[in-house]
Amino acid sequence: MKILYFAWLKEKIGMSEEEILLPSTVTTAGDLFAWMRTRGPGFAAALAEGNAVKVAVNHVYAQLKDPVSDTDEIAFFPPVTGG
Amino acid sequence: MIRVQSETFDLGNEIAKLSQGNGRIGAVVSFLGLVRDTVEIDGKPAALTTMTLEHYPQMTERQLQELEQEARRRWDLQAVLIIHRYGDLRPGDPIVLVATASAHRQVAFDACNFLIDWLKTKAPFWKHEATSKGRHWVDAKTSDGDAAKRWINPKS
Repeated sequence: MKILYFAWLKEKIGMSEEEILLPSTVTTAGDLFAWMRTRGPGFAAALAEGNAVKVAVNHVYAQLKDPVSDTDEIAFFPPVTGG
Repeated sequence: MIRVQSETFDLGNEIAKLSQGNGRIGAVVSFLGLVRDTVEIDGKPAALTTMTLEHYPQMTERQLQELEQEARRRWDLQAVLIIHRYGDLRPGDPIVLVATASAHRQVAFDACNFLIDWLKTKAPFWKHEATSKGRHWVDAKTSDGDAAKRWINPKS
């Protein structure tokens, strides 16, 4: 699975993208959030619940219940500030 | 039509191209967003030197296309143009243009208002500001979320 990070998330996590192998227990976007937070203090801090981090699956906003799989492109990012 | 670009653009040229050759257009409404020269940091003014816009290219394209389609579903529009810039911008530079064209003014006003409100809460852009008091990522405003919520119930 390809994972992208944007804006301050990229800085907190220390990279803009990575390729990972999804554990078989992770089947939804909510599972993915929970698992990502266990990967280290940088991940836990960046993806803490109070940060309102958004997740997109294949370029579409996803809800926590939405499915994810190894072939998806996932992006984590802060609330948007364009316009 | 959607354009995401680093280059600047000219409002007059864009509006002229939008309405050219379509005699059914009786109204064009545009919103032009500009980079301000002063920002507030902890309640105090700071001079802005550079605003950098980061984005997620494939998703931006897709989100803006969907926004245009949604506006066309809700209103009878003759033309839609959304231009959003990315990269390094200076005070006074244009950031975003939303223009809508229709037979009569109310439809164009409403659709333009809808598009910029939704763009601000859905299009994956992030502003980073370099100022006289340091650098920071801009926080999302709750007022932008409130503005977008006005449009949740479609009128038709």
